[in-house]
Amino acid sequence: MSQTSHGIGGLSYDAKKRPWPAEFNVFLALVILVGAFELIGRVFLGDSFLFNTRENVSGLFNEQRLQIIILQVSIVGIIAIGVTQVIICGGIDLSSGSIVGATAMIAMSFAQVATVNGNPNPKAMFIAFGWTDLPVIVPLLVAIGCGLIAGLINGFLIAYTRIPPFIATLGMMVTARGIAKWWSKGQPISFPTESFAAIGKGLMPVVIFISLAILFQLILTYTKYGKHCYAIGSNEDAARMSGIKIANHKVLVYAIAGILAAIAAVVLSSKNLTAQAGMGVMYELDAIAMAVIGGVSLSGGRGSIIGTVIGSLIFGVIISGFTFLRLDAYYQEMVKGVIIVGAVVLDQWRQRRRAIGA
Amino acid sequence: MSDIVLKTENLTKHYGGVHALQEANFELRKGEHVAIMGDNGAGKSTFVRQITGVEQRTDGKIWFDGKEVNFAGPIEAREAGIETVFQNLALADDLDVPSNLFLGREKVLFNLGPFSILDRKAMRKATEAALVRTAVKIPNLSSTIRHMSGGQRQCVAIARTATFASKLIIMDEPTAALGVQETAQVENIIRTLKENGEPLILVSHNMRQVFDLVDRIVVFRRGRIVANLRKQDTDGNDIVAYITGAKTGQAELQAA
Repeated sequence: MSQTSHGIGGLSYDAKKRPWPAEFNVFLALVILVGAFELIGRVFLGDSFLFNTRENVSGLFNEQRLQIIILQVSIVGIIAIGVTQVIICGGIDLSSGSIVGATAMIAMSFAQVATVNGNPNPKAMFIAFGWTDLPVIVPLLVAIGCGLIAGLINGFLIAYTRIPPFIATLGMMVTARGIAKWWSKGQPISFPTESFAAIGKGLMPVVIFISLAILFQLILTYTKYGKHCYAIGSNEDAARMSGIKIANHKVLVYAIAGILAAIAAVVLSSKNLTAQAGMGVMYELDAIAMAVIGGVSLSGGRGSIIGTVIGSLIFGVIISGFTFLRLDAYYQEMVKGVIIVGAVVLDQWRQRRRAIGA
Repeated sequence: MSDIVLKTENLTKHYGGVHALQEANFELRKGEHVAIMGDNGAGKSTFVRQITGVEQRTDGKIWFDGKEVNFAGPIEAREAGIETVFQNLALADDLDVPSNLFLGREKVLFNLGPFSILDRKAMRKATEAALVRTAVKIPNLSSTIRHMSGGQRQCVAIARTATFASKLIIMDEPTAALGVQETAQVENIIRTLKENGEPLILVSHNMRQVFDLVDRIVVFRRGRIVANLRKQDTDGNDIVAYITGAKTGQAELQAA
């Protein structure tokens, strides 16, 4: 074998000079952002953003703040995992927020108790059928079924009618929101069983988010499914010529995105102990933003779940940071918009520079 | 007869009223390297597209590997053993070299349907072996195709065709967009394929390259095969005469 160091065929290769992974830059941005809030806090408020400054609490870090940072992004983060694989595959999913709304309503109506404080549950949808106090597996399966159906419809539309993903999922976005409102004629659905309420209790959303993130990071890196996602997003014609069944793969990708949106719906309605037709509005855009900030390329083929998780943390830090600096929520929205555009501009610039260097 | 890899009989393709390819009779023997030459629109690429199943022929018959074949698409042709390096390289820019080499035919550790676990080590090893065999030089297997030069990309595409024990390799102008050194590297790979006895059809405009590399030259003009000459029986001027139409009417000349 004519192999020198890492190179093939006599070419030498310096492993130390390879470019940083894109996730590293995103992580750096996160660190800088935290540092900025820390600095502003110290200078203007005399308080620390990250570290514990209260004497009656032990520990180096302000654990409460750290928990809130990740807790408040974990539900949208679950959606962002699904959206990330869709974008890597060269698509887009605008329907996830509405799928959350519709799924929350439908699933919650199968998770209600019969009596509240000794009186019949006034909100129970199916009390006439006796469908109350059902085991937790029932609403869970109903939810996953809803997400799966919505995702399959998205996937079939995109794969077989060849309409752009933007249009297919826009249609689903509007329709699913309609279903969410129609399901209980706009009434909130409340009083879930204790076992259903346990799903989103405390730090459970974080646990679910992180577990799913790890699972999908592994799937995207080590399985055929993941490899084909990157291949299709990178060059669909090449993938087709290589014998990959593009249509089947796309259906699967959107189905998984639908299921993840449904899981987010369960966690959200369980955490809030109620489901409302307006749940999940704008979540699809927040999820896309997390992915984009995390280095997932909207043109497909590039990005990772790790990047999206860091992107979601950047989101969380911004929200917490603005609360910490006692700035209005309006500013958060404005800054979020700037950061989304900035992240894409930076990514484009970095890609161009790298292309010239190659 | 048994050493004929590919044979076409009266292969014809019409696009509406345009007769892009007419009654092409072609033979390729084991281990033989044949060049297809001709002006733009002479029918070279049309001919290749009929063989590889990218398009469906209007008329005629194709035998490959001893059997009459009717490929419904390029994937069927590939499965039968025809590997093609297309002009627009069919590589995924964001994947590394082993992933591109094994795209669509990944080696797996555990079969779990679409979620099968990839055997990355085995694919990497097989890639290294394939690159050494074809004398391709790639500094880093893990870097993505996006970061490679045109020549390296072409080499990866060629290495892919050579990796899978194919029965026939077709290259459609593999060096058209390459620099001098990169062209030389691709030509070296083609020589390696010749030494390994792998049959090849090379579509090229480059006279020097054709005379350097192949055994036989087939010239297309206006959709017809107008010349079929062994390299030693002809020269550059002769070929140019056939390409431009100054010399005609020897389609029945059979060489090799």
